[in-house]
Amino acid sequence: MKTAVIVFPGVNCEHDVVHAIEALGGEADLVWHRETDLSDFDGVILPGGFAHGDALRTGAIARFAPAMDEVIRLAGESRPILGICNGWQMLCESRLLPGAHIANRDMSFICKFVDVEVMDTNSVLTRSAEVGQRLRIPLNSYQGNWVDPTHSGRIVLRYINDPNGSQRQAAAVTNAEGNVVGVMPHPERGTDELLGSIDGNILLESFLHSLVPA
Amino acid sequence: MTTTQEPVHRLLGMTDDEYQSVIRILGRDPRPAELAMYSVMWSEHCSYKSSRAHLGRFPTEAPWVVVGPGENAGVVDIGDGWLAALRIESHNHPSFVEPYQGAATGVGGILRDVFTMGARPIALWDQIRFGPLTEPMNRYLFKGVVSGIAGYGNAVGVPTVGGEVEFDDCYSGNPLVNVMCLGILQREQLVLGTAGVPGSIAVLLGKATGRDGIGGASVLASSSFDDESQSKRPSVQVGDPFEEKKLIEACLELYKKGLVVGVQDLGAAGLSCAISEPAGRAGVGMDVDLDAVHTRESGMTAPELLMSESQERMMAFVDPTQVDEVLAVADKWEIDSAVVGEVKKGGTLSIKHNGETVAELPAASLADDAPLYDREAVRPEWIDSLWQTESKIEITNEATTLLELLADPAIGSSAWIHEQYDHMLFLNTVVGPGSDASLLRIKGTEKGLAVSTDGNGRLCYLNPRHGSQRLVYEAALNVAITGARPLAIVDNLNFGNPENPEVMWQFKETVDGISEAAEALDIPVVGGNVSFYNETEGLDIHPTPVVGLLGLADPMPKSPPRLNRAGAGMEIWEVGPAASSSQAGSALQRVIGNALSGRPTEPNPETARKVIELALDMAHNVPVLHDISDGGAAVAIAEICIASGVGADVVLNNPFSEDPHRFLAVFAPGKFDLSGDLARRLGTVGGDHLIINRKSIDLSEVLSTWRDAIPEALTG
Repeated sequence: MKTAVIVFPGVNCEHDVVHAIEALGGEADLVWHRETDLSDFDGVILPGGFAHGDALRTGAIARFAPAMDEVIRLAGESRPILGICNGWQMLCESRLLPGAHIANRDMSFICKFVDVEVMDTNSVLTRSAEVGQRLRIPLNSYQGNWVDPTHSGRIVLRYINDPNGSQRQAAAVTNAEGNVVGVMPHPERGTDELLGSIDGNILLESFLHSLVPA
Repeated sequence: MTTTQEPVHRLLGMTDDEYQSVIRILGRDPRPAELAMYSVMWSEHCSYKSSRAHLGRFPTEAPWVVVGPGENAGVVDIGDGWLAALRIESHNHPSFVEPYQGAATGVGGILRDVFTMGARPIALWDQIRFGPLTEPMNRYLFKGVVSGIAGYGNAVGVPTVGGEVEFDDCYSGNPLVNVMCLGILQREQLVLGTAGVPGSIAVLLGKATGRDGIGGASVLASSSFDDESQSKRPSVQVGDPFEEKKLIEACLELYKKGLVVGVQDLGAAGLSCAISEPAGRAGVGMDVDLDAVHTRESGMTAPELLMSESQERMMAFVDPTQVDEVLAVADKWEIDSAVVGEVKKGGTLSIKHNGETVAELPAASLADDAPLYDREAVRPEWIDSLWQTESKIEITNEATTLLELLADPAIGSSAWIHEQYDHMLFLNTVVGPGSDASLLRIKGTEKGLAVSTDGNGRLCYLNPRHGSQRLVYEAALNVAITGARPLAIVDNLNFGNPENPEVMWQFKETVDGISEAAEALDIPVVGGNVSFYNETEGLDIHPTPVVGLLGLADPMPKSPPRLNRAGAGMEIWEVGPAASSSQAGSALQRVIGNALSGRPTEPNPETARKVIELALDMAHNVPVLHDISDGGAAVAIAEICIASGVGADVVLNNPFSEDPHRFLAVFAPGKFDLSGDLARRLGTVGGDHLIINRKSIDLSEVLSTWRDAIPEALTG
């Protein structure tokens, strides 16, 4: 079973995501954003970073990449799609998830460990976790403040202490079916005791367990 | 270009004598483009004309040095086929004129220096210095610089894992912004800044050339500031981290595919430097066609094209059969590229614009024939009177004094700064910002790389020789505390006006000091940077050398010492010589007394070696090791208590002494044998109060005072 990690010019977490997936026994390939066929893959991760330098709006240009047409198609086939940080912003721009992201409440970039609580386990990011479980993983964003005028997003992770003003303290949101998830903190950065936490493992394991053969 | 009757060469920052040298070399008057090239290449910033005579004293050789000073970055062997590339640079003058872009382009420039060598940049460190935050202008500069570092570093995708900040009156009107970068590479990917053999093709990669940063090196960084400085804003370069990110990935792919003979980045002096230095190093010439350079505005003149410091550009020298492949890689990463020249036999650079020859000169003359000044150096008389009148602060209550120190923005928490920087990318940051040294793992190996950057303008003002020695010893001890053996030094020498003999004396003393300490510890200096003219309205900054020191832990300790690993019942020990009562140059003098005087305690090479060896041994066995520096043992213990969330009860003689060669060790009783006169037990960990000499403070007050130091200072 294989995950596509899509590389847009300007993203920077692609190697970290592959490293974390492989450390958990999964298989992940880097796929250039101009790729037009993802049918060999069982799931997709859109990694964090600054695709197209955040020009216009975060994720606004990435949304038009050929690979995103495939991501939308696979999402429609119920395959697991995970957007981390900038990847979540792309999922919002692609209308796979509701809402949009604006600058953090305090108008500054935030890079630090945050505590989140699992709110809902019916998603490809949280199915191996338990409701109420607390996890410590690093946040790393300037535009992490999620707003959703439709109130249709289902929150699967919530910040314990609101760091950025995100609506309903949402740290991760899924669609109705639970197969498309956007998460602002970086699970791949919480996968090694030496680096301060292994709480991200349960989230990435959830994703890997959600993969079914294409 | 002339707006007054002043001759053009003087407007370009060139003296009359230097202009005569150009005429001698060419055998005729220079054409405008030639004069432009000599003016930037012979600027203080590019030619090191005031410092070069002294820099040869640095020890630069060791069996593990692969590339020493003179290339774009130093490179050392870290074993098993891996190399590390490191470099430090300043962007002081641009950061004063435009703090966000000045700091941002400083980050961009240092990254290019490192990936020019074939390395992937894996981490950045920033050393920033400002006037006191009580002044609105200093708050504006401080916030602008931090945003610029964050804005560029985060977006370009290289973590900023540490650094240091200092506030002092002498940096009001002349902030210092230094940045260090570390990269790693496999030995076979090493690339040098050579133009290769005749027939090689010069391909210019990256952002289009514009009129930004024209004369940035010669106009901005090579003269002092006055009322006119703000009018120099057009000389500041503008950064684009997205272009740089694509350029990094494109270059790394070119190296991996073996498609380049040599590479040179376009930094200070732009195209002038990127064609002349590689040609000079290879002993070849080059034909260059300026019409081929991709530009973002029309009508640029030849001097403008040659002097522009537009960012995010690289010059690759390529075998003629591989040009198409190189252009295809550039195309994939969506960066612009242009074939601009061809390497020729002989040593002549021949440059055409609009079909006409605009420059024809010996390539090597731009570097090799640069002026060299042995400027007058005089020991200042005021040093003796400062030494004889040490201002002593009377301590009546250690607890109150400690809180005053912790509330200082240079001593309190750096979280306001480092939480704006991505410091975790690449999953290597084992020990990150807010510690003595950063420790990065190298995935797939047992190795760890540690870096400490240290400067102390106040100590160096009172004694540049001993002050700079102490920087080397402190940085070496800091990396040893993580379990890493010191391997290489890069230094950034920030000084005032070199035409002032007292500044020149400070500079010479500093070079000697760093050299002596580096020799004592057998650490080569593999690169550096000199920034002169840090002077505004005739006031020079303190001599401020910054030492960046790389260490190798092989193997890395299984659980490296950390500040947050202290637990109730553990003992706190001080290792190193017992503290004297000297307060010369200390944080205590600055924060409490607003003074700077006295004769700082002399470092001792033998003691330095002993404590470093002891720290290296303890790093594999002890949960907490912490250097004693600003604010002395009292502040160091407070930092351990804050990080570990537990109190302590200690007895300290001279609790705020900053004497050298000392560190703290915290461990369970009997876990490590520290008998002998080089160590002493200070007390124990436990409770929810920090008690120093029976004066007690609630830990929550220690924490909030320390945490709010910068935010409080920024409220004005």
